[in-house]
Amino acid sequence: MTDATAQGSAPGGRRIDSDAFRSRLATRRRKGAILKYSGLIAICIALAILGTLLFSIVSQGWQGFLRTNVELEITYNEEIIGGDAEDIPSGAFQEIARNGLQKALGLPPEAEDYDPSDLNALISSGVRYDLQQAVRDEPELIGRTAQLSVPVSSTMDMAYKGKLNLDVDEGRRQLSNQQLEWFNQLQDDGRLHSEFYWGLFSNSDSRSPELAGLWAGIVGSFVMIGIVAAFAFPIAVAAAVYLEEFAPKNRWTELVEVNINNLAAVPSIIFGLLGLAVFLNTLGFPRSSPLAGGAVLVLMTLPIIIIAARSALRSVPPSYRDGALMLGASRNQAVMKTVLPTALPGMLTGTIIGLAQALGETAPLLLIGMQAFVAAPPEGINDTATAIPVQIYLWANAPERGFAEKTQAAIMVLLMFLLIMNATAIILRNRFQKRA
Amino acid sequence: MTDTTTEMDGNVAELRNTVRDPKGQGDPKSYRISKDGETTRHEDAAWADKDLKMYTRDVHVHYGDNHAIKGVSVDVRPNEVLALMGPSGCGKSTFLRCLNRMNDPVPNARIDGTIALEGENIYDKDYDVVMVRLRIGMVAQAPNPFPKSIYENIAFGPRLHGLTDGKEELDEVVENSLRRAGLWEEVKDQLHQPGTNLSGGQQQRLCIARAIANEPEVILMDEPCSSLDPVSTNTIEELIMELKKSFTVVIVTHDMQQAERVSDRVAYFHLGDLVEVGPTNAVIRDAQDQRTKEYVSGHIG
Repeated sequence: MTDATAQGSAPGGRRIDSDAFRSRLATRRRKGAILKYSGLIAICIALAILGTLLFSIVSQGWQGFLRTNVELEITYNEEIIGGDAEDIPSGAFQEIARNGLQKALGLPPEAEDYDPSDLNALISSGVRYDLQQAVRDEPELIGRTAQLSVPVSSTMDMAYKGKLNLDVDEGRRQLSNQQLEWFNQLQDDGRLHSEFYWGLFSNSDSRSPELAGLWAGIVGSFVMIGIVAAFAFPIAVAAAVYLEEFAPKNRWTELVEVNINNLAAVPSIIFGLLGLAVFLNTLGFPRSSPLAGGAVLVLMTLPIIIIAARSALRSVPPSYRDGALMLGASRNQAVMKTVLPTALPGMLTGTIIGLAQALGETAPLLLIGMQAFVAAPPEGINDTATAIPVQIYLWANAPERGFAEKTQAAIMVLLMFLLIMNATAIILRNRFQKRA
Repeated sequence: MTDTTTEMDGNVAELRNTVRDPKGQGDPKSYRISKDGETTRHEDAAWADKDLKMYTRDVHVHYGDNHAIKGVSVDVRPNEVLALMGPSGCGKSTFLRCLNRMNDPVPNARIDGTIALEGENIYDKDYDVVMVRLRIGMVAQAPNPFPKSIYENIAFGPRLHGLTDGKEELDEVVENSLRRAGLWEEVKDQLHQPGTNLSGGQQQRLCIARAIANEPEVILMDEPCSSLDPVSTNTIEELIMELKKSFTVVIVTHDMQQAERVSDRVAYFHLGDLVEVGPTNAVIRDAQDQRTKEYVSGHIG
């Protein structure tokens, strides 16, 4: 201290005029700036990582929402179809589709110098079923000619989207020289178009990428989320209310608290194992069913919602509770009429975030058998089902080239659902806050 | 300390059964001073127990090992304003909260002694705590309206206890309560706006209106003006004077001027003891106990 005064340059010798004081000020400012900028840098890094992730998914996946169609003139040839519209083999429609393709390529109806199956391979295997269904729905079509836009096969789709290297030798190419010629001809004639693929949402899984969609996964996921919301929310809220408002503070409740906090940190795959052991093996829930999946996700989500609900209850000012008690409310009434309504938005936010986490969960579902190829949405909670993240997992492992972009597209769909749920949480919270 | 006490005891003994005129202005009211235990009493008239609104006898409060209230006996007369005064931590708020059993939910709290409302012990096993709080309303230190509309805030109590039949009667109770709290003119056009949007003083009057809506007999106020500006404080003080026409009011305050302005009698607390009790003028102008003297002259608190 005496040093500072001795060094002080000011004639008055005031301590705040000394150099030491000024240098301390400068140090303080510098430290403040370092803290501020390191925080800023951290946020920039986080944003950059997030941006890279989103960019890579979107840039690779956006084409997954598109599908290539080819314009064909389809003649519902009576000779090929036969008379009875109800009972026509799909093979007949393959021939009809092939005839349309032949016409478009200017090939003679009778194959001479090419293999008809090479031609079949250009369009999606789903086309014949679509044509079959069209005739079943509308038998008058037989004998007529129609201009149709039908999906091409996944290989053609990839070629049209430029994702196939067409410059390599025939042996290493998925299209034969003949097929490549046809592809080029169709493209030059302007018969190939990209269209938005609604089937991504309305179709279920398929072995052919150009026909595969997420419908079964979306239904499965939301049935399970429904089960989680229906069971986890009320149980968690009741548990949180008891622990926060009524439970005596003793060793026993402390133990429960510690356990709940630990449960929230347990890896989800362990909940999957628990579900396998308890729900499938002991209670006999059907494998791969939304019931079993939902039950596992309920277990997994419970501690998360309990913790969120408790912190929501704890953030209610004690004066609300006191205010109700002062007016003669019983403890129970004070909780139900003042504390709980005030805490509800926070609880809902926590719940939706818990549900969002459950929506993205894959590992526990794989363990209870949800890794099979499921081509239809579940018809009940005991039916075999799949889920969006499981679908992503399956598609990511699929060998077909076309599933790569489908995987990215599915990830985008999942992210979209998560975004919607989180936005709902925010909107709910804001609305409740405004009303309060 | 011991010396002071002895000296003081001597003083009190000397004064016992003497009649005093504290202001020395020929005040017609005179006081007899007596002392039992720690408490010096200025008695201005004999009150039979049956006429008392409330009385407490030898009340002790323990929070775990902390002996917060050490044997307090005090009377609350009908339609008076009794101020519980004292420095921070003297136990006045604790004592107030005992009067309507708001200390019940406090873990580790133990309350011994008798606290009676119209002669009945409210700590009796058969006495329902809801009845206690219905008959003895309370206003908290900081305004604590519920995060609901002004209307809902007032209607909370009557709805809870089923005090009204139908919406019209409830509307009437809401209007009446707001009028009596002097808030009606200010809020009548925004009854369905959140009560939390009001100013601090208005919020506190809303809380008073909320307490009135239950038609209690006694209203307890725990430093109701401590978070308010002087103008709002003035409004609340005038309101308290008005309220004592219909209710009995017990108010906690550390502000001696406030006690002088609003209260009929003062009970001065110090470290859990009731040190001195009597008519406001008597206690403040003619304090007998050294601790009260120091407080009223500004040396404590």
